[in-house]
Amino acid sequence: MALSGMRGLSVFISDIRNCQNKEQERLRVDKELGNVRTRFKNEKGLTPYEKKKYVWKMLYIYMLGYDVDFGHMETVSLISAPKYPEKQARSYSTCMLNENHDFLRLAINTVRNDIIGRNETFQCLALTMVGNIGGREFAESLAPDVQKLLISSSCRPLVRKKAALCLLRLYRKNADVVNVDGWADRMTQLLDERDLGVLTSSMSLLVALVSNNHEAYWSCLPKCVKILERLARNQDVPQEYTYYGIPSPWLQVKTMRALQYFPVIEDPNTRRSLFEVLQRVLVGTDVVKNVNKNNASHAVLFEALSLVMHLDAEKEMMSQCVALLGKFIAVREPNIRYLGLENMTRMLMVTDVQEIIKKHQAQIITSLKDPDISIRRRALDLLYGMCDVSNAKDIVEELLQYLSTSDFAMREELSLKAAILAEKFAPDLSWYVDVILQLIDKAGDFVSDDIWFRVVQFVTNNEDLQPYAALKAREYLDKPAIHETMVKVSAYLLGEYSHLLARRPGCSPKEIFIIIHEKLPTVSTPTIPILLSTYAKILMHTQPPDPELQNQILAIFQKYESCIDAEIQQRAVEYFTLSRKGPALADILAEMPKFPERQSALIKKAEDIETDTAEQSAIKLRAQQQISNALVVTDYRPPNGTPPPVSSLNLVKVSSTSSNSDYNSVDQGADHTNGTVSKSDSQTASADLLGDLLGPLAIEGPPGAATSEQSVLSGGDVPSAADAAAIVPVQDQPNSVQPIGNIAERFHALCLKDSGVLYEDPYIQIGIKADWRAHQGRLVLFLGNKNTSPLVSVQALILPPLNLKMELSLVPDTIPPRAQVQCPLEIINLRPSRDVAVLDFSYKFGTNVVNNKLRLPAVINKFLQPIQLSAEEFFPQWRSLSGPPLKLQEVVRGVRPLPLMELANLFNSCRVMVCPGLDPNPNNLVASTTFYSESTRAMLCLVRIETDPADRTQLRMTVASGDPTLTFELKEFIKEQLVYIPEASHGPTQVPAPAVPQAPVIPPDDPAAILAGLL
Amino acid sequence: MGIRFILMVNKQGQTRLAQYYEYLTLEERRALEGEIVRKCLARTEQQCSFVEHRNYKIVYRRYASLFFLVGVDNEENELAILEFIHLLVETMDQHFGNVCELDIMFHLEKAHFMLEEMVMNGCIVETSKSNILMPIQLMDKTS
Repeated sequence: MALSGMRGLSVFISDIRNCQNKEQERLRVDKELGNVRTRFKNEKGLTPYEKKKYVWKMLYIYMLGYDVDFGHMETVSLISAPKYPEKQARSYSTCMLNENHDFLRLAINTVRNDIIGRNETFQCLALTMVGNIGGREFAESLAPDVQKLLISSSCRPLVRKKAALCLLRLYRKNADVVNVDGWADRMTQLLDERDLGVLTSSMSLLVALVSNNHEAYWSCLPKCVKILERLARNQDVPQEYTYYGIPSPWLQVKTMRALQYFPVIEDPNTRRSLFEVLQRVLVGTDVVKNVNKNNASHAVLFEALSLVMHLDAEKEMMSQCVALLGKFIAVREPNIRYLGLENMTRMLMVTDVQEIIKKHQAQIITSLKDPDISIRRRALDLLYGMCDVSNAKDIVEELLQYLSTSDFAMREELSLKAAILAEKFAPDLSWYVDVILQLIDKAGDFVSDDIWFRVVQFVTNNEDLQPYAALKAREYLDKPAIHETMVKVSAYLLGEYSHLLARRPGCSPKEIFIIIHEKLPTVSTPTIPILLSTYAKILMHTQPPDPELQNQILAIFQKYESCIDAEIQQRAVEYFTLSRKGPALADILAEMPKFPERQSALIKKAEDIETDTAEQSAIKLRAQQQISNALVVTDYRPPNGTPPPVSSLNLVKVSSTSSNSDYNSVDQGADHTNGTVSKSDSQTASADLLGDLLGPLAIEGPPGAATSEQSVLSGGDVPSAADAAAIVPVQDQPNSVQPIGNIAERFHALCLKDSGVLYEDPYIQIGIKADWRAHQGRLVLFLGNKNTSPLVSVQALILPPLNLKMELSLVPDTIPPRAQVQCPLEIINLRPSRDVAVLDFSYKFGTNVVNNKLRLPAVINKFLQPIQLSAEEFFPQWRSLSGPPLKLQEVVRGVRPLPLMELANLFNSCRVMVCPGLDPNPNNLVASTTFYSESTRAMLCLVRIETDPADRTQLRMTVASGDPTLTFELKEFIKEQLVYIPEASHGPTQVPAPAVPQAPVIPPDDPAAILAGLL
Repeated sequence: MGIRFILMVNKQGQTRLAQYYEYLTLEERRALEGEIVRKCLARTEQQCSFVEHRNYKIVYRRYASLFFLVGVDNEENELAILEFIHLLVETMDQHFGNVCELDIMFHLEKAHFMLEEMVMNGCIVETSKSNILMPIQLMDKTS
């Protein structure tokens, strides 16, 4: 079994196969890795063939799950090798390398040569590699060539189909690659293609394009319908593209998918043709014996179903769809049943059909008991989605029944869903209490705390319910072994409401106390405080006092006074003291007040789960994890509301936040011991806090708290005339709410970095995270409510200057308690200008209306991309831009004195990159950058600063670029950065030195000569 | 984005081919493969071919001792992927003649090339068997 000429590889694979155990395998792999490593070290001796062989060995080893941390360079050298067999090692590179490997860049040139070369085979290999692992740099340098190949009429389909997907990759790396005039038209033409291979891959490209911007590609819509017609009629479909008699099912499916990204089909003719095709699919798909044919035709059928749902077809067609799905969920074939349930869940989005779906309820409930967990999950989702007031009782009871037999993997989800449905659709509240208590009884381990918090809230807020709930709780306590959560909830309820049961048998205070106290030895530490509170309440309700009971309870309090757990100890001490106060106790331990109405934490949690399971790549997931591991600023502040000094911002990990807040609540309790505090107080606080804390824990600012880490250069001073030049005064109306920190300082810090806090006051924190790409930017506003009550009438308005195009996504009217909402803001830079965008932001908290106008850090330097030039590149450019208005020179006075190094840092932090060593005079700086805007496109900017070592407060600055406005604006911007403004109030001094009339520029043949002429 | 990864695993759970279309570290791959293999291999013939795992949906198919597992996101049509697996197997069959686990093991590079002709960056490129096999035949000729 020789491997096409690579005998060594075959031997190695055989060896591995013959290994008896993992240990032997590891030894053999280690040996081979050592071998390959040595061979690579003396690289000279390696023939390309050998390199190829070793590279495949490494791939094999990697696949077995061993780390291979060398040989990447060899791969790159194979990519660049001139012959076909070696170049094929690219295939290897797509398995082992990824776009983050820096040295891939080394291959860009070779790859480009292959792409623009004439050898089809090499073109294909190059396109495949870039299509699989090309990164941003590839996108920037290769996109035009790849586009050319894709639409070229002289290229063969085998190259073009790869070019299509290669372009898709580049588009994902940098959306600009298709921002070419007329690209949408070319896409449209592309869909006229006869070759089905090219069409298949182009359709994937189209799906990606329309999913981001369907408006640009309207003209593709009729073409997609044409393709479907062609396939449906089986016209002009070569034999090799029919699969078990079905014209390329994959292309059909993809095309229907693409159509689902267009919101509507307006043209009646196109719509009619499409519906004809769909109707044919719906009616004409029969079940056949051949499995493959059956699957393929049903793949098309299911896609057609979702397209019909998307198009919101006529009622008749819809009921046809539901009928089909109803059939599917009852068939034996598990795949079809699974997909039937899945699509029926999607169908719930369509109004009008819910009633028809309900007819299948019995069948769906049967699927909930299917032996296959995949199907059970779908059934659960569907039941959850179709539940409403009319069928809630049946469905929830079905779920409860299923709970005791279901597998562990599903129990938590199941119990959460049952709890939510019970809450949402309860026909009467006592039923709701029944359901939750049953839930805790049957699956206590899987019932999260918020479920029992919620039932307590309900009972507290509904007086009619209280005796019933207390009675139920009492009944559960009779069971021999109950879950700890049941102990918590029943102890709590009986503490509050057992006096309502006093006349029933077995419900005297003493009996209740005894039965609860029996559970005490079985429970864990967090439950004990709840039990202590219950005892205190029972004591209070025992009228007339029962000395025996009192002694018993006091003895328990006394026992816990020395408990090591602070919470238990504190309660024991407090309750002990309070119980001796006699009648005053009744006031202190009065019934719990009603909870404020709020969104159910459960529903919130379910929503979170839903977004969790939404399609997300592992990479995104990882990114999220990183964020959530990031430090979080807790929002606990001293009660008087004064902002703490920066250093006392508590930086804590999320996981510890909740326990922290618990202590806070205890502390607060201790604070007001002068009579008002009670068990109920600390109870409310902790239940409340817990309820809320289970949502987003604390306000997560974008990484890095702003105030503390301003860069050395911008720190301390309120720099730049941008302040003076700002088009609106910040805070033009008096707000009763004082911001925390200096708004101007925050703004300036954000001008130099991309994330941080833009604004903060006691109620809200606005963070910013921005991502800039050439002339586009995406800025996400993080609006975090720091309070336990919602912020309402939230409004955010963007006042963009003329040079920026900005689009703010919808800002919700209300920010829920302690929640953070994200509002992305898309920015496009149209032309150079220093004008600043303003965010007009307002919200209402209580009676306070807070309005702020905040400058947004979308300033000119965000659209700069630093670039390092060599002397050979710099000076010809510098010379070619001669004199005003392209090159402007100015002597700037009143510069804040900075050492040259710091000056260089200042430039770099503004994204103007200092090119060291270009200027022979060590007192000068030469810097370069690229500016991006829609009007200028990418434009190189050159800057030269000549300083006077004797007087650091003045310097001469020369700025050059190919655009007069840009030159001027950039010069002014840099000046703003350089000029020292001591205090905003010291108005007069901040006027920068007036521009010196431009002296004729000395031809910079000898850079040193310029300086000599000046100083 | 479509297809996230394609795995070929024998019934002992040993990976015979792995192709990922998104970057995962070695540890992540190992963990993911372990979990998926445990889940899928335990299933019976009477159960459906789809398994939900983390944010993936695994579409899988068994051929004798070899399992083909394809991880997709919600953007894919499950049955289309299921038949795509069959197309892959038919293509390998055409090339190797009665393809078996050993063919894939010892011709790992060919199996990779075939896959590369069929899927690129998670999207289907080609579904015609003759077009898929053309470059591989060319390679056989030159070497």
